[in-house]
Amino acid sequence: MKLARELWESLIGSLVGLGSIVRFLLRLFAEVPRALLRIDLIAQQIYNSGALSLVIIMLSGLFVGMVLGLQGFQLLQRFGSEEALGTAATIGLVKELGPVVTALLFAGRAGTALASELGLMRATDQLSAMEMMAVDPIRRVVVPRFLGGVIAMPLLAAIFSVIGIYGAQLVGVQIMGVDSGSFWSQMRAAVALADINEGIVKSLIFGVACSLIAVYEGYYAIPTAEGVGRATTRTVVTSAVVILFLDYLITAAFL
Amino acid sequence: MDIPRGRITAVMGPSGTGKTTLLRLITGQVAAESGSIRVAETDMRTVRRAELYVLRRRMGMLFQNGALLTDLSVFENVAFPLREHTDLPERLIRQLVLTKLQAVGLRGAAELMPAELSGGMSRRVALARAIVMDPEILIYDEPFVGLDPISLGVILRLIRRLNDALGITSIVVSHDVQEISTVADLVYLLSGGKVVAKGTPPELQADPSEIVHQFIGGLADGPVPFHFPAPDYFGELLGRGEGP
Repeated sequence: MKLARELWESLIGSLVGLGSIVRFLLRLFAEVPRALLRIDLIAQQIYNSGALSLVIIMLSGLFVGMVLGLQGFQLLQRFGSEEALGTAATIGLVKELGPVVTALLFAGRAGTALASELGLMRATDQLSAMEMMAVDPIRRVVVPRFLGGVIAMPLLAAIFSVIGIYGAQLVGVQIMGVDSGSFWSQMRAAVALADINEGIVKSLIFGVACSLIAVYEGYYAIPTAEGVGRATTRTVVTSAVVILFLDYLITAAFL
Repeated sequence: MDIPRGRITAVMGPSGTGKTTLLRLITGQVAAESGSIRVAETDMRTVRRAELYVLRRRMGMLFQNGALLTDLSVFENVAFPLREHTDLPERLIRQLVLTKLQAVGLRGAAELMPAELSGGMSRRVALARAIVMDPEILIYDEPFVGLDPISLGVILRLIRRLNDALGITSIVVSHDVQEISTVADLVYLLSGGKVVAKGTPPELQADPSEIVHQFIGGLADGPVPFHFPAPDYFGELLGRGEGP
């Protein structure tokens, strides 16, 4: 009986949380038109979320591509079709690994930075000070960070995929000896625009999800050191689960 | 409570008595569950968000820790309200900011970042930011906490000088009895969420009530007890009854 009550309360709590985050998202969308007038603020956040994540994204993309090249070569060699390595690696990266791994890395680097920054602004009364200066912190602080993340994510995913393809080529062609012409020509012939579109849609949706979770957790963080720490942790954990769940849904929708 | 226009009104009382909550009510940061609050003819219980923001442009608030925006320099912090609410040319913004920084003695620190400032300097910059839009009402939340005697004296003089020079209505929440007595025109003493005394600083000094006597004299025990409510001491030490 007690367990059932706790489960019920947990379910209600989750639904309330979901409702709260959806309402927050609608509030952000409502402020987007006016926030777009301040392009400088959004550009600054694209730099913070995007440019500052470049090193980790590029390095990870390279290594993931190299592993893909190695594993793909071993697998395809069994069927005597190593030339298809370019196609396999590119489709894997563009449709799946690029958006998903970029989103997971984004949540770990930019998402935590956003959540802790907003949480600390709350804890040090900076958001209250803005309210007292008749400046809406949602419009001035939260929406530019949200938009910065949404815009940065597809760009980062594209860079990840491109570097990943180079990594796969590095291992497959330069080290394992796959024919360079076959690698690139088969890739060009087999990868369709629809594959790239799927990757773009995924990374855009992941961008909205990751940025929303980060700014929501930061904005509503309990204004203490522990509260900000928890908000940061929740950002990573929630983002990771949501990304993988959404990935399944979007993949199924595109089939 | 009535806050007279153009005067310095101090709100004092023991910790946890509702002073900061009162400020939040006055500034519309929280809504009152009962009673009524009128600020400059505006009913804070029914005020709409847009009206509240218009009203807040007529207010300035100095937070306990300064609450400077940490990613902006001192100059940009003070310029922040001007940039957000006006279309003034850069040259005029620069002049206004430097004038306000000069008033608080920190014109030379204009290019520093908040992390490079001491606690007293942060509060002076926050004060410059609070007055940059020439507010009618200036609210100070515990402005003396953690300040060294020199910084404290500077802030005290600034509160008085700004009030006299600009005719601002000032509300100062503090429990620094001696300091506030030197600048306040009117003092409200709160305890347990209620006004227990009101008057000029000399009138409060002469007030015979126990709570005023305890607060002004800084006595450890009295109507505000030293001990937090707890079970019988000896009984708890000897393990009788409930306890941690």
